[in-house]
Amino acid sequence: MKLFEYEAKEVFKSYGIPVPRGVVVSKDDNIREALKKEGLEPPVVVKAQVLVGGRGKAGGVKIARTWDDLERIAENMFTTGIKGVKPRLLLVEELVEHDAELYLSVVLDRASRRPLVLASTEGGVDIEEIAKEKPEAIHRLYVDPFAGLRGYMARKLGKKLGLSGKLLTRFETLTATLYRIFTTLDAELVEINPLALTSDGLVALDAKIIIDDNALWRHSDLASEGRLELSGEYTEWELYARGKGLAFVELDGCVGIMGNGAGLTMATMDLVLMQGGKPANFLDIGGGASAERVKTALELLYKYPKAKSIFINIFGGITRGDEVAKGIVAAVSELGQQKPIVVRLSGTRAREGKEILEKAGIVAYEDPLEAAKKAVELAGECKY
Amino acid sequence: MAILVDKNTRVIVQGITGREGSFHTKLMLEYGTKIVAGVTPGKGGAEVHGVPVYDTVEDALAEHPEANTSIVFVPARFAPDAVYEAIDAGIRLVVVITEHIPVHDTMRMVNYARNKGTIIVGPNTPGVISPGKSKVGIMPAEAFTPGPVAIISRSGTLTYEVAAQLSKIGVGQSTVLGVGGDPIIGLDFTEAMKLLEKDDETKLLVLIGEIGGDMEERAAAMIERGEFTKPVVAYIAGRTAPPGKRMGHAGAIISMGMGDYRSKVEALRRAGVDVAETPFEVAKLVKKHLS
Repeated sequence: MKLFEYEAKEVFKSYGIPVPRGVVVSKDDNIREALKKEGLEPPVVVKAQVLVGGRGKAGGVKIARTWDDLERIAENMFTTGIKGVKPRLLLVEELVEHDAELYLSVVLDRASRRPLVLASTEGGVDIEEIAKEKPEAIHRLYVDPFAGLRGYMARKLGKKLGLSGKLLTRFETLTATLYRIFTTLDAELVEINPLALTSDGLVALDAKIIIDDNALWRHSDLASEGRLELSGEYTEWELYARGKGLAFVELDGCVGIMGNGAGLTMATMDLVLMQGGKPANFLDIGGGASAERVKTALELLYKYPKAKSIFINIFGGITRGDEVAKGIVAAVSELGQQKPIVVRLSGTRAREGKEILEKAGIVAYEDPLEAAKKAVELAGECKY
Repeated sequence: MAILVDKNTRVIVQGITGREGSFHTKLMLEYGTKIVAGVTPGKGGAEVHGVPVYDTVEDALAEHPEANTSIVFVPARFAPDAVYEAIDAGIRLVVVITEHIPVHDTMRMVNYARNKGTIIVGPNTPGVISPGKSKVGIMPAEAFTPGPVAIISRSGTLTYEVAAQLSKIGVGQSTVLGVGGDPIIGLDFTEAMKLLEKDDETKLLVLIGEIGGDMEERAAAMIERGEFTKPVVAYIAGRTAPPGKRMGHAGAIISMGMGDYRSKVEALRRAGVDVAETPFEVAKLVKKHLS
């Protein structure tokens, strides 16, 4: 779960990391009064609180020089949104004079299975870009999860960034704090980019925290009810599927996909592409799905407007072919065959499954490529 | 031979009285896996499918000192505790089936195991099978036959699919290992490949990867360095997966510019690996290499 910038900055503040003075406003607030109450006045930075990538480039971060400027920018952000996502809140902050922009983050490194601190003097641009353009400018510090992050390690990292004196010790404290947030909040990522170097210290101009979804039960204070709906992190259909307990990702094609297992479902999407089609979604019914679950999944693809045809690709292992077939038949007999359905069944009880399907007038394929081809053909051209 | 599990494998099932634990204990027993004990705290003295249940791993080991492997079906919140218990009791191989363990817990657990010399398979894995010898996992037995091909994979169903196709054309498997679908796992591709390089029974490796992380790239680098010398056929799932979205598995996400399809396929091809376009082509490529 990604935190909004203002939430991440609240976390930073509570841990003593300096952030710019700012105020969070909603559409109904009087912005002038809200700012005045905090002793703020233009010039200020207006930042849309959305979780879409490339927010800055998409017009989600703007400087307001005057009060009129501010009201116009705020109105604009609230009504037009950023990449189609309308922010519920804006964060309005003081401008912080600074000499340089650094990058600092803590991530989980998959290869070493350790926390990894990344730091660079090339702050202000995406770390992906730094990695591509100037990989030597990224300094890495691997941390033993049992020993933790020791001060000398952070100082060594700070020296590589060219810091000295008071700034070096400030950097040490900041890095240690960031690491503490990372472990305490079960974070996958804690990032400050840019980290401003000012005349008297370091200020986090932006803040990014991603919390491990599997650990949210330990952080119920942050994962409040309805939090996901507000985030803009998931599309309407993804939220709907989540509510039904299905792993679903919205894509841009028109062949609806249902598979069992993440790998097979992805492979099914790839098959559709190979046959000249485009997958409309990823939908994994998981292992050992019951007929009821298959029915729910099929109903979802019926409703989901992007799917023009539906390709169900099942390899029966723990999942049983006859259960899958029963689920399909149940949905079809209740709701009709609203969209063309192509089924490919293999593995455990595939033969029994096929018999059930055929009795209901649904063709089950053996060959996945042939089935994919048929599904692409039935979807026709992607227009919506 | 084979790797990780074979006819000398003696298994303790942790979480044996749960629905999944009990169900798969039955299936493993039917396959011929030697399960010597089960553990569920508070259920000591019970029996599941004829397997005696103990309160602790230590109790189980006291009665069954031959146990060398554990399989964990314990729910996510309690699974790390079960794994530490197995490690501290001296179990050498712990297979963690459980999905949804917090990744920080897994990271500490995996580092702890490494310091103690215990191998962890998973979490979020279908387990490991050496066909005809032992099955320590939840995979459907019918898909597998004994033979010369090892499969290592991040995906469950896709692995069964590929194994079934190999079996259908008469090509059996030495060991089939699901490394797990989480971002942080115990035994990974390169570590498994080190074991397989030394395994006489394995003549060829099928590697089934997916988007996210850099495990496939590291496997490719190992092959390029000449540290894995057997022929390799690979398939990578997720060509059509968009960046920043989790594709079912917690680990299947293209993030921070890393882990996309092209980077993996290019690295593998550079190392001389035959990369299949679809999982259904894998069997054909394997056949070509073996003849």
